[in-house]
Amino acid sequence: MIHSLFLINNVGDLFLEKHWKSVISRSVCDYFFEAREKAGEPDNVPPVIRTPHHYLINIYRDKIFFVSVIQTEVPPLFVIEFLHRVVETFQDYFGECSETIIKDNLVIVYELLEEMLDNGFPLATESNILKELIRPPNILRSMVNTITGSSNVGETLPTGQLSTIPWRRAGVKYTNNEAYFDVVEEIDAILDKSGSTVFAEIQGVIEACVKLSGMPDLTLSFMNPRLLDDVSFHPCVRYKRWESERVISFIPPDGNFQLMSYQISAQNLVAIPVYVKQNICFFETGSSGRLDITVGPKQTMGKTVECLVVTIHMPKVVLSVHLNATQGTYNYDLVTKILVWDIGRLNPQKLPCLKGSLSLQSGAPKPEENPSLNIDLKIQQLAISGLKVNRLDMYGEKYKPFKGVKYVTKAGKFQVRT
Amino acid sequence: MLAFFLFYVFFRHDDLKEMLDSNKDSLKLEAMKRIVAMIARGKNASDLFPAVVKNVACKNIEVKKLVYVYLVRYAEEQQDLALLSISTFQRGLKDPNQLIRASALRVLSSIRVTIIVPIMMLAIKEAASDMSPYVRKTAAHAIPKLHSLDPEQKEQLIEVIEKLLADKTTLVAGSVVMAFEEVCPDRIDLIHKNYRKLCNLLIDVEEWGQVVIINMLTRYARTQFLNPNINESLLEDGGEKAFYASDDDEEEEDEEKKAEAAALAKRKPYVMDPDHRLLLRNTKPLLQSRNAAVVMAVAQLYFHLAPKAEVGVIAKALVRLMRSHSEVQYVVLQNVATMTIKRRGMFEPYLKSFYIRSTDPTQIKILKTYIKSMDKDFVAASIQAIGRCATNIGEVRDTCLNGLVQLLSNRDELVVAESVVVIKKLLQMQPEQHSDIIKHMAKLIDNIQVPMARASILWLIGEYCEHVPKIAPDVLRKMAKTFTNEEDIVKLQILNLAAKLYLTNSKQTKLLTQYVLNLAKYDQNYDIRDRARFIRQLIVPTDKSGALNKYAKKLFLALKPAPVLESPFKDRDHFQLGSLSHLLNAKAAGYQELPDWPESAPDPSVRNVEVKDSVCAERTVLTEAGSEASGVLLLQTSRGSSTVQDLPLKRSKALTKTRYAQSLLYRSFA
Repeated sequence: MIHSLFLINNVGDLFLEKHWKSVISRSVCDYFFEAREKAGEPDNVPPVIRTPHHYLINIYRDKIFFVSVIQTEVPPLFVIEFLHRVVETFQDYFGECSETIIKDNLVIVYELLEEMLDNGFPLATESNILKELIRPPNILRSMVNTITGSSNVGETLPTGQLSTIPWRRAGVKYTNNEAYFDVVEEIDAILDKSGSTVFAEIQGVIEACVKLSGMPDLTLSFMNPRLLDDVSFHPCVRYKRWESERVISFIPPDGNFQLMSYQISAQNLVAIPVYVKQNICFFETGSSGRLDITVGPKQTMGKTVECLVVTIHMPKVVLSVHLNATQGTYNYDLVTKILVWDIGRLNPQKLPCLKGSLSLQSGAPKPEENPSLNIDLKIQQLAISGLKVNRLDMYGEKYKPFKGVKYVTKAGKFQVRT
Repeated sequence: MLAFFLFYVFFRHDDLKEMLDSNKDSLKLEAMKRIVAMIARGKNASDLFPAVVKNVACKNIEVKKLVYVYLVRYAEEQQDLALLSISTFQRGLKDPNQLIRASALRVLSSIRVTIIVPIMMLAIKEAASDMSPYVRKTAAHAIPKLHSLDPEQKEQLIEVIEKLLADKTTLVAGSVVMAFEEVCPDRIDLIHKNYRKLCNLLIDVEEWGQVVIINMLTRYARTQFLNPNINESLLEDGGEKAFYASDDDEEEEDEEKKAEAAALAKRKPYVMDPDHRLLLRNTKPLLQSRNAAVVMAVAQLYFHLAPKAEVGVIAKALVRLMRSHSEVQYVVLQNVATMTIKRRGMFEPYLKSFYIRSTDPTQIKILKTYIKSMDKDFVAASIQAIGRCATNIGEVRDTCLNGLVQLLSNRDELVVAESVVVIKKLLQMQPEQHSDIIKHMAKLIDNIQVPMARASILWLIGEYCEHVPKIAPDVLRKMAKTFTNEEDIVKLQILNLAAKLYLTNSKQTKLLTQYVLNLAKYDQNYDIRDRARFIRQLIVPTDKSGALNKYAKKLFLALKPAPVLESPFKDRDHFQLGSLSHLLNAKAAGYQELPDWPESAPDPSVRNVEVKDSVCAERTVLTEAGSEASGVLLLQTSRGSSTVQDLPLKRSKALTKTRYAQSLLYRSFA
């Protein structure tokens, strides 16, 4: 399956190679570099590249290309999904996944890769199994190790590997038993000129942080599970219970994990938290234009909109902007032609407004289309879909855990056409 | 300088050798870490082989692991020296610690030294009957390694695979199917006895194993079951449809009923094999997996195996994958494109999520808004997509044409050019009603510079010159003026236009045509000179002109069939969806063809297993305990199927319930 893996940074330096079968010369990456050059932007590199003898499947994350070499037929998603899992494991171990971090922890990275694949087929990808085999680095432990001479490598088979619940290790102990759930929702929407909704959808995830001793068996239920249209679960969730009773029943992994992701059905009307009044025009003569944007709250369910940012990709001919913001600051990047207006908290009494003139390149024809606005925002303590967690029950253990639920709404791909 | 460098390298390695030879584990560890870092960066560390291999028996487990890493990397290059380490591994294979047994087997099978093939074979055979499922899993992993090292061992390896396929633990299932796929994918007969077990275990297997098993079972099902869609033309009868619907619902609940239904259905043209149903039912929940590869695998299974009415369930899950990383989107979209070609309308409810992406019909309005976009290549592609929409769906064709004509007044040349080309193709299908569009396009020729578009317009005017009798000669006049400055492709079309006009309207255009032909006669390009000579001979009546002359009109103004605007994804559907070959539209090494459905079903009894087997036990319980209990049982199978085996055959309903509660507890303490 996966033959070799090369890590390449975004300037084209190959800084790590790992082979699970016979060694493949790194010259195979020349095909990748060729495709990389052709693509221009790093995001545009085709995920699957065909070379005379091999296939290169790559992903681009955190400014690193993970290029895997394949020799025989394999589902491409299998490889892509695995590579993303590798990145997530690195993030889990080192806090972030960057070239410096990988170079600093080269040996651990290498040992991890060795454990994750055997002969190119995934062997152990569950984070808690890996953590028992190879302990994550931390300063205290490395000091203790140098003094006592003990090692970072587990000597026995991780308990998770043999059980039917490989995501949880045995013998977990906490003094404070706590379980936190974050319901995070993102609104994807396109509003047209007049402010009516062309398309709107809510995507949500439930992030969990569970620190409970022993083997707790949790059941999470919702007040209104019918809202959820399409769901996908962490492998720990029992599918059948969801199908029959609409409750989420699971033995949780230890620590942070994503319990589920969901989508709110299109039939339900999606509440749009803000409205935008905008007027952008370019004059036929005099190579200039006007811009006037006002943002106000629409359906916020009584909560405050925070971290409000408006981003506009200006046409190439816009040379500079002379604007005046009643609230927040704006910044126009002359190279990328991106206008960013950072508003911050939205005050319903005094609506923020950005007004002023644009100067265009003289002689150039005026832009055909007005640029669209991208909006970013955050609303604390609100799930915009109205989804509510009803209760969390624990079976199998005797102690009383501390439970908490938090709701956040964010803007996903929220766009206003002009 | 070079000498100094060599000395430096030698010296540095000398230093590492010294550390490896020391008595202190910490020094050894430090040295090994530096060596592994060298390997990771792709630097050559092979000259340290003797020093490293000595440490293979080191007590410190971390040093040992790093030595393993080193060995696997370099053993192939230094086969003789690698043999020194073999005895250590052989000892490791007998270790009481299962992790050590497994890792000894892993390294032993990874060092690719031909001489030790017999030792490896022996080790794999032994490990295949090890107590620990983890070691058995490692044995399954070792099988393809040995096979690639020495293909002659195939027969013996197949025996091991057969043995491991019978394994009942979820841990082994994925790995052994992987080995099966690599060593003997054609030995489908090995699967029969294990088919039901694999279906039932599937949900508890780890994600990667699920993908491999699902793909293998897709192929298996294609050889063993009948095509569920074979009788769709016969299915017009409403009563029969109802039969199918009810069949689907109840089958999940009640095994006995199914037997009845099957008996009833003997008169019907087609009934689904219960095992076929089992596969579909057991894979469906996996559509909710977080792993995109698993979702895709189930999607392709449904696409290839499920009755038409049921395929719809995968659409929602695939649309969900669109939210994932861009690489995942890329692959999924390629697959969705193929699916829409075969099963139109499957994704219609989800069109909004696709924007312009699929070639699905009704999305034309959305498409249009994207033509305003900045990215020119993207615009060109969207316009072509509109063209495809228009050809595929009769009703929207007029809307498309109007939209495209509007685009003609766009300021951007590329948009206009691309639109013209598409309009040309569309008009070819029904030229009669659209003479005004042709006129409009004739006016455009003054402005458009892109040669392909100019050529298209000229061709259109020539082809339908009867519809625009006044304009056509005028266009020719203009073109004659600019003939010398045109691109070759445009010149050819001017010649064509001239010839066609000469034939239909010779009074007005005779001189013009002569003039154009004369110009072409002295053109630099020999294609154009040839064409001019050919046309002249053909259309201008002379004394010597041959028999062809009479047919000139027929030759030039023959009715041409309208082109079919094909999607670039058209010819991919013969590959199994989700495979690398499908994505590249070319056969990758090791690709297994998806077989066609068999004409008649092979004997289903080959999958029957002895009553003692857990699967059968479960089935019996299902029939005995009635529908309510079976609901409970389904819950149990979702995780920890081992509890099912504990259930005695006869149980009252109440007892089953308490059992269920107990099993929950049991599982949490396991």
